[in-house]
Amino acid sequence: MSTASLAKPQPQEGSPTMAGPPHGITTRDLCLWYAKFQALKNITVRIRHGIITSLIGPSGCGKTTFLRCLNRVNERYGYVTTQGEIQIHGKNIYDADVSLIELRKQVGMVFQRPNPLPISIYENVVFGLRIHNEKKASRSELDAAVEKSLTEVGLWNDLKDRLQARATSLQLEQQQKLCIARLLPLKPDLILMDEPCSSLDVEGTRAIEELMRELRGRYTIVIVTHNMAQARRASDECIFMLLGELVEHSRTEDLFLSPKDSKTADYIEGRYG
Amino acid sequence: MTSKRGTLDLLSERAIEALIRLCGISAILFVFGIFFFVFREGAPFLRHLDLGEFLFSKSWIPTSQTVPKYGVGALIVGSLSVTAVAMAIAVPFGLGAAVFISEFCGRKTKETLKIVIELLAAIPSVVWGFVGLSVMSPLLINTFHTPIGVNMLNGALLLALMSVPIMVSIGEDALKAVPDSFREAAIALGATRWQMVYRVLLPASKNGLLAAVLLGVGRAIGETMAVLMATGHSVRIPTSIFDPVRTLTATIAAELGETSKGSDHYQVLFLIGVLLFTITFIVNLTADLVVKGIRKQ
Ligand SMILES: Nc1ncnc2c1ncn2[C@@H]1O[C@H](COP(=O)(O)OP(=O)(O)OP(=O)(O)O)[C@@H](O)[C@H]1O
Ligand SMILES: [Mg+2]
Repeated sequence: MSTASLAKPQPQEGSPTMAGPPHGITTRDLCLWYAKFQALKNITVRIRHGIITSLIGPSGCGKTTFLRCLNRVNERYGYVTTQGEIQIHGKNIYDADVSLIELRKQVGMVFQRPNPLPISIYENVVFGLRIHNEKKASRSELDAAVEKSLTEVGLWNDLKDRLQARATSLQLEQQQKLCIARLLPLKPDLILMDEPCSSLDVEGTRAIEELMRELRGRYTIVIVTHNMAQARRASDECIFMLLGELVEHSRTEDLFLSPKDSKTADYIEGRYG
Repeated sequence: MTSKRGTLDLLSERAIEALIRLCGISAILFVFGIFFFVFREGAPFLRHLDLGEFLFSKSWIPTSQTVPKYGVGALIVGSLSVTAVAMAIAVPFGLGAAVFISEFCGRKTKETLKIVIELLAAIPSVVWGFVGLSVMSPLLINTFHTPIGVNMLNGALLLALMSVPIMVSIGEDALKAVPDSFREAAIALGATRWQMVYRVLLPASKNGLLAAVLLGVGRAIGETMAVLMATGHSVRIPTSIFDPVRTLTATIAAELGETSKGSDHYQVLFLIGVLLFTITFIVNLTADLVVKGIRKQ
């Protein structure tokens, strides 16, 4: 089915500014237009592997758009044009030999509103395996994958007796966890989350943040959030965007305690929405 | 406050409201009125009618001078078999087209196709009858080397063409009603478009698609002119799709003009009307309930 799979994470030498883990995502001069409207302007950023990076900024600044570039789902809309380069583990995802299917297997996405598929819990978790395996996975492999993934997101004990229930009948928080769980059997390297807690209550938010901490280290996690307290609590690095541009990218503490840019300072002090 | 102007406004408001209400209720009145009228014309014959024989006997010899026979078994089989063959052709095409229009083509193609399909729906059934007689019939004779071209397959092909439009438009609505977030979920997991369609969209919209099919069935069973012209109109239980058949609808259309008002034959034809009415009513009602089921979900 697929030809070129993307390179697996490997240490990259010579990152001049930041030491530490290698970069999971590197973009250079990324621009994106919705028809005539430019939503992303020359985004150049390096997001490191194995940590949680949060993406903050006022409504409409392009956070979702940026996230959706990383697995190229933006291209669903015919009127989108993209320019520049996005490398994931050193491989440009706009290269002609990149298979979209492999890319999306490697880059998992969690949406703002939990969107489990209208099939059973079990089928939701194995959906990825079913669509990607050329040969049929055996029942026991599937069962094992379901148990492993649901355990990892902390749903197994609650749901193990009703795996055949419709996924859309779960509570929102469980739905969102399930949406994370269904990425895991595909062994992604990146997990992109677009305001994953915005439709959850305090408890649900806490649970998802907890889960992100559990997953930290093994995945490159990028989370879009409107909630600055959440960005502070849950992320290692933070990116501030404004009107389609990247304003500041630094360690979360630094960004919140001593922002370098006055626009960042204005935003975190709540001077614009 | 109650100026003259005000009362006038109030009055006309009332009048308009009453008028609108009347328009709304009239549909119900018409349906019941028609049912009542059809039933009244046929009812007297019910007294000396053996229902079992009526429904299951296959001898339809209404014009016999000595012992006329009124068995509609063969006609029922005729109607059902033509419809079944028509659906076997129309369902894959209709639903396939619905999926293509809603998921696979660009906006321009979509608009064009929808217009063309609406045109297809607007062709009068007599014209389809012509097509059956003058195009389809020789075509069938040449390709399948059958002795006669006006047969079950011919009628079924026409009915398929006639019921595809409604299936496409209802089916497309059903697919459109599936939230986009399901599509995004599947695509973001790396599903191809076809995988998305058959693993997510079809299960999610199955009720709507079923309703589309049922409405197509209703359309096909009730169709008269085209089948009258294209099915060969011979009373018999068909054994192959190349046999000519006769349907309930065609029988009424062909014979009603020949009977004298109030005769047994006349009344039996009206009873066939009641039978048809009942069948289409059940089919449409089921379709409606199925559609309602979707809305509730
Ligand atoms: N599908 C689309 N078609 C056209 N314009 C779009 C589309 N999606 C987003 N936009 C525009 O692009 C800009 C960036 O939108 P985006 O959704 O990325 O912002 P965001 O930072 O995620 O905002 P929010 O915090 O409200 O989610 C907005 O001005 C928006 O109107
Ligand atoms: Mg957004």
